Amino acid sequence: MLRKTKHYGQYGAMVVIWVGLLLFFGTLSTNFLTARTLGTLANRIPTLAVVSAGMTLVLIIGGIDLSVGSVLGLCGAALGVAMVNWHWPLWAGGLLCLGIGVAAGAINGWVSVRLGIPSFIVTLGMLEIARGLAYLTTQSQTKYIGAPVEGLSRPLFLGLSSAFFIAAGVIVAAQVVLARTVFGRHLIAIGANENAVRLAGINPRPPKIAVFALLGLLTGLGAVFYTSRLGSSDPNAGVGLELSAIAAVVIGGTSLMGGRGSVLNSFFGVLIIATLEAGLAQIGATEPVKRVTTGLVIVVAVVLDAWRHQMTAAPFAFLQRLFRQPPPTGR
Amino acid sequence: MNTGFDLRTSPPPPLLEARNVSKSYTVPVLTDFSFELKRGEVHALIGANGAGKSTFARILCGLTRPEGGQLRLGGAVYAPRSKGQAEQAGVVMVLQELNVIGSLSVAENLFLNRLPRRAGFVRFAELHHQARHALRRVGLSGLDPASPAGRLGVGQQQLLEIAGALAQHCRVLILDEPTAALTDPEADRLFENIRRLQAEGVGVVYISHRMDEIRRIAGRTTVLRDGRGVATHESADVTPAQLIREMVGHDLPEKRPAGARPAGETVLRVSHLRAGRRVRDVSLDLRAGEIVGLAGLIGSGRTETLRAVFGADPKEGGEVYLGRDDRPLRIHQPADALRAGIGMVPEDRKQDGLLLALSVRVNLTLSTLERHARRGGWLDAESERRTTRDFCQRLSVQCASVEQPVGELSGGNQQKLLIARWLAREGRVLLFDEPTRGIDVAAKDKVCQVLRCLAAEGKAVLVVSSELPELMALCDRILVMSAGRIAARFLPGEWTQEKLMAAAFSGYLNAAQD
Repeated sequence: MLRKTKHYGQYGAMVVIWVGLLLFFGTLSTNFLTARTLGTLANRIPTLAVVSAGMTLVLIIGGIDLSVGSVLGLCGAALGVAMVNWHWPLWAGGLLCLGIGVAAGAINGWVSVRLGIPSFIVTLGMLEIARGLAYLTTQSQTKYIGAPVEGLSRPLFLGLSSAFFIAAGVIVAAQVVLARTVFGRHLIAIGANENAVRLAGINPRPPKIAVFALLGLLTGLGAVFYTSRLGSSDPNAGVGLELSAIAAVVIGGTSLMGGRGSVLNSFFGVLIIATLEAGLAQIGATEPVKRVTTGLVIVVAVVLDAWRHQMTAAPFAFLQRLFRQPPPTGR
Repeated sequence: MNTGFDLRTSPPPPLLEARNVSKSYTVPVLTDFSFELKRGEVHALIGANGAGKSTFARILCGLTRPEGGQLRLGGAVYAPRSKGQAEQAGVVMVLQELNVIGSLSVAENLFLNRLPRRAGFVRFAELHHQARHALRRVGLSGLDPASPAGRLGVGQQQLLEIAGALAQHCRVLILDEPTAALTDPEADRLFENIRRLQAEGVGVVYISHRMDEIRRIAGRTTVLRDGRGVATHESADVTPAQLIREMVGHDLPEKRPAGARPAGETVLRVSHLRAGRRVRDVSLDLRAGEIVGLAGLIGSGRTETLRAVFGADPKEGGEVYLGRDDRPLRIHQPADALRAGIGMVPEDRKQDGLLLALSVRVNLTLSTLERHARRGGWLDAESERRTTRDFCQRLSVQCASVEQPVGELSGGNQQKLLIARWLAREGRVLLFDEPTRGIDVAAKDKVCQVLRCLAAEGKAVLVVSSELPELMALCDRILVMSAGRIAARFLPGEWTQEKLMAAAFSGYLNAAQD
């Protein structure tokens, strides 16, 4: 019972903040809280949502991936070449995208885990490599694809696109994997204390590599969504995406130190960032103002989260020090 | 001795004096301990593991504060609140663990907290000049002060630390096992240095379990047992046998549970194991249904032996066999050991065992997760909770609920939980490293009871412990490690604390030939 309420409370905070933002912009601007605006908002986020889902898992093991933006650019570039130059159908191009994403992610994971190099460094290198490859693939040209790829981003039901529904499915799946599978449990445990996990007789390397490959896969999927929304493949796609994704995950309360996090909360983080951007645009804020505000929200969210965790821990320590209570008995 | 003082006045105060110093953590570790160090004296401290030597040293150098008693330095009250204050007063300690920063130069390591500078810039010429001088004092004159300290061998790093201590103006020098990492010529050089310091009037507190060294260098030897000073001797007048007797105290009649367990067939054989610096040659075998104790001093290689068998550290030589199998096990990592049915409860449960931020349930099922998973790796949380409740009850782990973070539990409950994780795994061989360290008496009893149960179920149990009475009450055999080797093997009835302790020291008696 206690566990359940705690669970809802954890998501509740995020929902409250998001709804608060919606209402806030709704009162400031008359045509913000309309089906049209909300639909646009929803159809804008699938890319960031799936990448953030993968990023959550990477941060949970205490890693980081700075290359997602570039890898997304590379995947998108490949999709353009495949569909325009080679006349591949969308499904084949999509598979190519996913394949390239997995490969890039697996390389990130393998190099960082096998050679013991911090993932920050490895993925910083991949950030440059993948972007360079994206330019090479397309000769730095934007390729117009048009209708064959745009279908994914067209409203399908209730004004929401198929990309949105796929992204929602991915988020639910990733959350379930994290919370309900052996693999997910190993990820959390590795983030909490990798050394102890190894000494518990679990080889931490395969799940660590797998989680980077999984993020690569989701980045490939994000590239398909991104290309679909623009109708063309752009080698510059995804610049700065890594920072937006990390910001969304961190706003969602996932610890950069690993061992704690939730994909669902990262999704709320994505919603909060997207709502903030859309709302600020709606009330006529300029680009610089938008950036300053977004930055402030990130910092405030992390401070609040740290504070919330201290608050839940502190009463115990405080009481124990005051009364020297014996530990509570078993139940 | 003619001190030059008028004999009618009182004698000069000792350089360092401790009166009735007490300190306790969860249990008392130092009780009413008194100690005296004269100018130019080397005074050795000796005692079994946990006798309070290191605690006393930490108090002297300001790392921890005593709860009772008084320290006096040169007659004045001395109560350092930090290592810095102690060093300012002239009390310098060379820690047993190496604190060399590998990426900095030799000279920077020597003078890290007092780099010569002008306007914020380090004066390297001056620094290197001072460093060369300091290095010459420990016989490292060939060393370039600008070279990175990380390239030095362990022995040289140790000498570097000592040089750093000597380079400060010190009145009292505390050395904790300074020769553990040194070769003989290096140790000889160290002793020369100590003698020179003596001549300068510096007092040295010398902690070691190498008795030959103590005889060579220390004027007096104080024996500690269970946090109390037992006796102080002129080192020349006392034999190793007598020191060991005093460290152990008088032998209690050994408690043995009635009816020795019949040992089954051999389950695990370790043959000529070598690993790291500390495990030099270890052979042992474990039989089903028996508890084997592994006694020895800290640093004798017990923990490292367990870790190498379990695959936590790489082996450099030797083999591990399972049962009657003639093919050696290939254990490269703990996961391989797990598959072979070997489990290990590590000594440092917070660093190496538990996920403190996560729940009791997650910690308990960590090594057996796949048993709570349906096809495709889906976890059945209810099955996890059932198992966790069951084990918590069996080992009387006290927790508010199975979802409570483990970091909130007491040490004893944490330890029982960690043991429960391996019980759930049901391996054939279980290795325990100091399973009763730092936990309360009730938890200790429970742990011992669990070990007996395991043996009764036919498992092979190997226990490393520094508490000899506990090992003697618990074990079917006791092996004693000393200086990386099994120095002696005892059966019930053959052992006494004195014999065990003598065996534990035996590898260090002739350290000079090693």
